Amino acid sequence: MAVMNMIEAINSGLETMLERDENVVIMGEDVGYFGGVFRATAGLQEKFGKTRCFDTPISECGIIGAAVGMCAYGLRPVPEIQFADYIYPGMDQLISEAARLRYRSAGEFTAPMTVRTPVGGGIFGGQTHSQSPEAMFTHVSGLKTVIPSTPYDAKGLLIASIEDNDPVLFLEPKRIYNGPFTGYYDNPVAPWSKFAESEVPEGHYTVPLGKAKIVREGDAVTVLAYGTMVHVAKAVVEEHGINAEVIDLRTLVPVDIETIEKSVKKTGRCMIVHEATRTSGFGAELSALVQERCFYHLEAPIERVTGFDTPYPHSLEWAYFPGPVRIGEALEKIVGDLKS
Amino acid sequence: MADEKNKSNLPPLSLHIPEPKYRPGDVVDYSDLEIPEAGAQARPDIHSAPKDMRDMVYDMIRVLDDDDTAVGPWDPKLDDETLVKMLRTMVQVRTFDDRLHRQQRQGKTSFYMKCTGEEATSVASTMALHADDMCFPSYRQQGILFVRGYPMVEMVNQIFSNKADKLKGRQLPIMYSSRELNFFTVSGNLATQYPQAVGWAMASASKGDSRIAAVWCGEGSTAEGDFHAAMTFAAVYNAPVVLNVVNNQWAISSFSGFAGAERTTFAARGAGYGIAALRVDGNDPLAVYAATSWAAERARTNQGPTLIEHFTYRADAHSTSDDPTAYRSAQEREEWPLGDPIMRLNKHLIRRGIWSVEQQEQLDADCLEAVKAAVTEAAKNGILGHGLHQPFETMFQDVFEEMPWHLKEQAAQANKEREIKWPS
Repeated sequence: MAVMNMIEAINSGLETMLERDENVVIMGEDVGYFGGVFRATAGLQEKFGKTRCFDTPISECGIIGAAVGMCAYGLRPVPEIQFADYIYPGMDQLISEAARLRYRSAGEFTAPMTVRTPVGGGIFGGQTHSQSPEAMFTHVSGLKTVIPSTPYDAKGLLIASIEDNDPVLFLEPKRIYNGPFTGYYDNPVAPWSKFAESEVPEGHYTVPLGKAKIVREGDAVTVLAYGTMVHVAKAVVEEHGINAEVIDLRTLVPVDIETIEKSVKKTGRCMIVHEATRTSGFGAELSALVQERCFYHLEAPIERVTGFDTPYPHSLEWAYFPGPVRIGEALEKIVGDLKS
Repeated sequence: MADEKNKSNLPPLSLHIPEPKYRPGDVVDYSDLEIPEAGAQARPDIHSAPKDMRDMVYDMIRVLDDDDTAVGPWDPKLDDETLVKMLRTMVQVRTFDDRLHRQQRQGKTSFYMKCTGEEATSVASTMALHADDMCFPSYRQQGILFVRGYPMVEMVNQIFSNKADKLKGRQLPIMYSSRELNFFTVSGNLATQYPQAVGWAMASASKGDSRIAAVWCGEGSTAEGDFHAAMTFAAVYNAPVVLNVVNNQWAISSFSGFAGAERTTFAARGAGYGIAALRVDGNDPLAVYAATSWAAERARTNQGPTLIEHFTYRADAHSTSDDPTAYRSAQEREEWPLGDPIMRLNKHLIRRGIWSVEQQEQLDADCLEAVKAAVTEAAKNGILGHGLHQPFETMFQDVFEEMPWHLKEQAAQANKEREIKWPS
């Protein structure tokens, strides 16, 4: 075991896979000599050589397109898209090509690639360095979408994603690279080293895809969250003294419906929290699933707490972010009758 | 305002919308089309730097002259057997196209695409590659499969989307895939195969392999970002790849001017990237073979990518869903100054004394018989729209390696619907 923040855990996951599988290659803008703008690939080129970890032209279409071709050759590429906000030029290669290769060729060609990309705001990144576009990908058949919330999960899920034989979009909540940000932006963020989840095994281990984690057990309300919002939601329910069950989804597709269903049937209430814009967000899908499966157990309307349907603003970042006030209000609304 | 005052003296801007020279009914005049003499183009050493051969992108490599003789430094000097194989394969492709086009018209499938007039650009170029070189085709390179011996009956099974279709009835007709023959699954989205081919070539190079990649797209889809991403990657990593642009003049109803042909050649795109580029008479099978060999040898000796523009003409409709009489002059095809690749090779072989009119007639008949037999055989496995050819559950297979819960649920629903729609 070693103590790692999320970046170090991701770096360790990449290093582990580069060591174990000679077909794993890392490519992306600034990932080589420099080691990535967030340092996720630091030291990897030096250790494994230029053909295993290398810089690319600034062309997301080219990065993902070339990765598809590498998959056809037999490699297992792990391309990095520097910010999720930049991924759109690569969407056709991801959606029409990588995600459908196995289907359209009846299994002759597959795309076992893991596309890593940082998501989310709260770092004063403005509208082009803050987006959470997960729902655009969860809508795509043939693509898995994964988002960790701790260093331990980040490494385990990353290794599981790289070993998976289908294309995986691996979203990294950049706000929690260094520590579990709880949404109280005026308070300093405690580093990961102060938390048990920073205990990360040195070598190979996996956290299975498609399995959620109950991060806080409770019976008053089920809170569904992922990425940064797991920590924010957990902090807010604790501040409000509400005995909520907080579930970290970890994988959005395929989502762990069993864990969700079991919890909502127990609590009878469900609140969904995500940072992404509201309309057609992944919360809409979760809300529909819960309604379809747990309707007769529900004692209150499902609450969705999300970012607003605006671009991510720069100066008004904390007005946009679905933080303690927005979550708190929704919480009081959904469990208010329990208190009276 | 001062600005307003200045503006009053400026001429109004005008937007240029390209327009092809000839529309239906127009008399076609090709006299201003520059067609250099066959054999007049120098053949640079394969070790030449791209910057030392920029003239090639505005020239046109031609081998077969007006007397049907192979001339000049680009003559690949193929043996008789190879030449006859090339002719046979091109004739088989054309016969197949004609017959399968007819099957679509008879309602046996939804769609078909011929490559009539462009056979050389896939047949001759694939013959110049090794069998284990990886091909990333667009949708009009069926010639690759014929060169590599893919059984016609498998092609027809795919076209009929029947129960023997190896792609499980999932793909539009002609969007073949054959991993065994190093033929990448055809997408249908344009030019996506370009960066993929470069990625494959990068992988081959990084593994110290000896195989190279070849990719094809039409001149129209060179406008896609994928094309330019691929060119950048190919140049940056010196990828061992042959990049073919089949300039058949038409992208459905849009003439090549909508991809930039009013200003320069497509081969000239290579010069901008520092990539070796050749422009070749795409209806001259020997020129296509020679250019591809040259490019393949460069790639195989670690000298990187080559762009080849094949200057040809789409002699028929874009697809069975298209009617070119609505937008172009029929005379364009009739008078195409570069002729027809099959006729030109036929005449060359006759001139060489290794082929005859009788042999050609026999070949035509043999090819037709072979296609008819393949169609009959494939039809036994069903034709599109008549019955349920693929097991129902195949709809949900191969979305992922393992079927997740939501697809299992939807598969169960589909099975329930089947009981209602088609009671057993």
